[in-house]
Amino acid sequence: LATITADVTLGRFVGSPVGRKEDAALLTGQAVYVDDISLPGMLWMALVRSPSAHARIAAVDVSGALAHREVIAAFSGEHLLDEWQASLPCAWLPTQDTKQPNHWPLTVDEARYVGDGVAVVVAKTREGARDAAELVRVEYEPLPAVVDPEAALADGAPLVHKEFGTNRCYTWSLSAGQVEEEFARAEVIVKERYRQQRLIPNAIEPRGVIVQPVPATGELTMWSSTQIPHIARVTLSMMMGIPETKLRVIAPQVGGGFGSKLNVYAEEALALALARRLGRPIKWIETRTEGYLATTHGRDVVQQIELAATSEARIRAVRARLTLGLGAYLQLITAGVPLFGAWLYGGAYDIAAYDFECSGVFTNATPSDSYRGAGRPEATYAIERAVDALARKVGKDPVQVRRLNFIAEFPANLVTGLTIDSGDYHAHLDAAVEMLGYEELRRQQAERRKRGDATELGVGLSTYIEMCGVAPSRMLGALGFESGGWEAATIRFLPTGTVQVLVGTSPHGQSHATTFSQIVADRLGVAYDDVEVVHGDTTATPLGLDTYGSRGLTVGGIAVYHAAERIIEKARRIAAHHLQVDEAQLHYEDGIFSANGRTLTTKEVALQAWAAHDLPDEMEPGLEATYVFDPENFSWPAGTHIAVVEVDTETGEIDLVRYVAVDDVGTVINPAVVEGQVHGGVTQGIGQALFEEAVYDEDGDLVTGSMASYMVPSAAELPSFELGQTATSSPSNPLGVKGVGETGTIAATPAVINAVVDALSPYGVTNLEMPATPERVWRAMAATRG
Amino acid sequence: MIPAPFDYEVAESCEHAVELLGDRQDAKLLAGGHSLIPLLRLRSVRPAVLVDLGRLESLRYVRDVGGQLAIGALTRHHDLQHDPLLQEHCPLVSYAAGVIGDPQVRHRGTIGGSLAHGDPASDLSAVCVALDAEFLVQGSHGKRTVAADDFFRGAFETDLGPQDVLTEVRVPKLGDAGWSYVRLTRRAQDWATVGVAAVVRASNGAAIALTNMAPVPVRARTAEQALQTRDDVRSAAEAVAAESDPPSDTKGSAEYRRHLAAVLARRALEEALPP
Repeated sequence: LATITADVTLGRFVGSPVGRKEDAALLTGQAVYVDDISLPGMLWMALVRSPSAHARIAAVDVSGALAHREVIAAFSGEHLLDEWQASLPCAWLPTQDTKQPNHWPLTVDEARYVGDGVAVVVAKTREGARDAAELVRVEYEPLPAVVDPEAALADGAPLVHKEFGTNRCYTWSLSAGQVEEEFARAEVIVKERYRQQRLIPNAIEPRGVIVQPVPATGELTMWSSTQIPHIARVTLSMMMGIPETKLRVIAPQVGGGFGSKLNVYAEEALALALARRLGRPIKWIETRTEGYLATTHGRDVVQQIELAATSEARIRAVRARLTLGLGAYLQLITAGVPLFGAWLYGGAYDIAAYDFECSGVFTNATPSDSYRGAGRPEATYAIERAVDALARKVGKDPVQVRRLNFIAEFPANLVTGLTIDSGDYHAHLDAAVEMLGYEELRRQQAERRKRGDATELGVGLSTYIEMCGVAPSRMLGALGFESGGWEAATIRFLPTGTVQVLVGTSPHGQSHATTFSQIVADRLGVAYDDVEVVHGDTTATPLGLDTYGSRGLTVGGIAVYHAAERIIEKARRIAAHHLQVDEAQLHYEDGIFSANGRTLTTKEVALQAWAAHDLPDEMEPGLEATYVFDPENFSWPAGTHIAVVEVDTETGEIDLVRYVAVDDVGTVINPAVVEGQVHGGVTQGIGQALFEEAVYDEDGDLVTGSMASYMVPSAAELPSFELGQTATSSPSNPLGVKGVGETGTIAATPAVINAVVDALSPYGVTNLEMPATPERVWRAMAATRG
Repeated sequence: MIPAPFDYEVAESCEHAVELLGDRQDAKLLAGGHSLIPLLRLRSVRPAVLVDLGRLESLRYVRDVGGQLAIGALTRHHDLQHDPLLQEHCPLVSYAAGVIGDPQVRHRGTIGGSLAHGDPASDLSAVCVALDAEFLVQGSHGKRTVAADDFFRGAFETDLGPQDVLTEVRVPKLGDAGWSYVRLTRRAQDWATVGVAAVVRASNGAAIALTNMAPVPVRARTAEQALQTRDDVRSAAEAVAAESDPPSDTKGSAEYRRHLAAVLARRALEEALPP
């Protein structure tokens, strides 16, 4: 195999699949999730949610609930209005004229989606709160609802927020190069329309929150199943009028997020408000049903993409138009999600002109927000499907068309102004084609077609690129995102020689404790088990910006690396002092300073630094360092994924029989962790292609509101993934790493659908709505038969 | 996810269960719980009292009773799947039990619970209808036997009255008859979008029953009659949906289900017919 190895080697841990530090506690049930926490005097909260997608709230009567023997308090939205100094946080308004509706934790005037909170009940037990919530009487006056984003833009559509006079929230655009000219002179134009169905993230651990108040001091401690304890603290502090110093947010063990916990939710604000008001701890644990209704959804985009190409299939320009269903309100980054993908509709291809426009639209559905990949799976799907359409149109093999158009020189300056720092797209395409045995599969496919086999074979590619890491801060500022993109780490050598690593990232499945320990153990020459990573507590860790967008390693891990360098820098001065040599004479390797045959270990230096009996003049005692890293560029992973499907042309069933993924994520810190990320990501991408869809009926009721009806694939539906790697080191950071948390989700969906369309191409099928259900396959075939 | 309040009683015997049910209209029997517990947790059902049959080990058996096998109502799907008597004499039941849900479901779910729930998507219901199984029911007025085809009255409605307990299922020994159960599920653990159970006897013609093609498991009698020889398989399969009334839901429209039933019926008959 053509494998390129990155040139970064740190020591014995980095690059090795050492066992995960997280697993023992998780597998033996000793890990503590929010629901494992119980406090003296704790009360339970339950919400009354709207059963109607759109209704005026004529009256809320909580007296029935208050009469329940276990109930302590019950409130309508009106009752709690003076608790809020602002709407629930929305950190991303893409344009100056983006319409931001009021979004109170409990709505007061209208309910705007099924699940919108209307009242809250506080009781002594979880059961009592649930029972009493049924005793709250709400008078709903039904209003017309709209759930389809295109229908919501039509004249006369029901208005989700009548004060705006329109459902259009914003329109944002990006254009570069001579788009009109390129399309005017194009020999071939491909014009496609795709639909990204609504998806539900489905973290295995539901959301949950506990707030402990200390009324005497005004302190509030909130444990929340969140990806973003730091962002939650700053935004909730502003929203609730709690001094930031008095609010401590802890993300304990968090069982998955996939973007759905990259948010600040009504229930967090309510628990804080009620704890502050009642002076007692408040706990809320989401039910799975609430998880479907009241945790953010993802995707819901109608896409139009056009390619201008030569008759040889050389792509010159790309034009993309998006209509997004935002749902009823703007959650934390609802409006900004498509901007994460706005530069990627040209994919891995060298194009001269680019034109992108997206419009966000309010609908009577659960608010959408980031979902694994956020904007980039959508972009990758559109361009990878369109490239296959171009290949069909000019009668060329899709592999050949990709090779013809690849960006080949790095660093690559895109027409849109961004720079891809490194890559070798031919390398991973070649590797994947070889692993798969592409030519042999094409031969088998032709043979089956020739003999009229009722089970067709299809092969589909996705040669994706990705921009992730979310940073740099300056870029985020220019896009209207309210926070920066930096990350912080503190390394503290303790006197006994063990090491604390305090980080601002907040993992929920990403293995930061493992991989950060590997980096620190290698750099400081201490045992892997002597490193302890502390995260997810705003009081214990440096100010951070949490975990999402594949930034954990590419930003947070680099901060850890630099902090370790600062430790070594100071340790070197102490070692030089003790060994009585110039710093320049000291050799450092694997935790040992040496000169003239004498040595001093970092552990020994740490003890000296703590005792401070004999330090260089004017040196501060202690061996501790902090680094805040703000990257200069996005991270640009890329790869080739190939799916092979068998399609039963009688039933429409699709069997995914093989899946090859070759990814270039730069330096790999832990191969097992990377494989795990790819497995999970690919599975979620396959889920979108073949299984998952949030279906609303015309009244705005969520039809797929359970695990039985919303179909997350299981291992039984999947083949054994065949993984390969190429590596081009990223020059944007000292470890050469790139993000891997979202690559699989970004790559997989178009590969699978391209394979299904390829299988059905003899029948004239050129597109399938997602998920490609057996019925949709059957109907697509029936339609082309006439 | 928290059920509405209910009383809970443990039945020590079938008779005790009937007694506990008394004349209450709002009681529910609990067997393996794989249908009832989720409905309770969603508050879709709110019985005043649950009568738990789960400790009646005496209702967990497969016995040879001459020309038939008798299956205790609390026999788990996993037991059906691995029972040597069933595997030898009525492998259709073993096979169908083995495709239900996933291993956890099969270790808890019971044949009696599955049948009494009356879910049109239940695999064992169609299988029992295809087998002309008999159901033994104990009620306040004694015992009675109900033919499988008469047992299912509508979606989630059966012949069982408020004081009735389904105690035993009797299935025929198949001898050298051919059999098949073919179904399509979206995911391995899902209910069948459509299923087709077929039994083909050299002497006695074919029996075909459909899963999830109507509010109850239905016999495809038109198709059965159309099947005289192997050459009739295709036309018989085309006729299979004649008596059906399939639902439209997120797993498939009625139109697609009719198409699917014909395809699956052809495959089932080809598999069941002796070569």
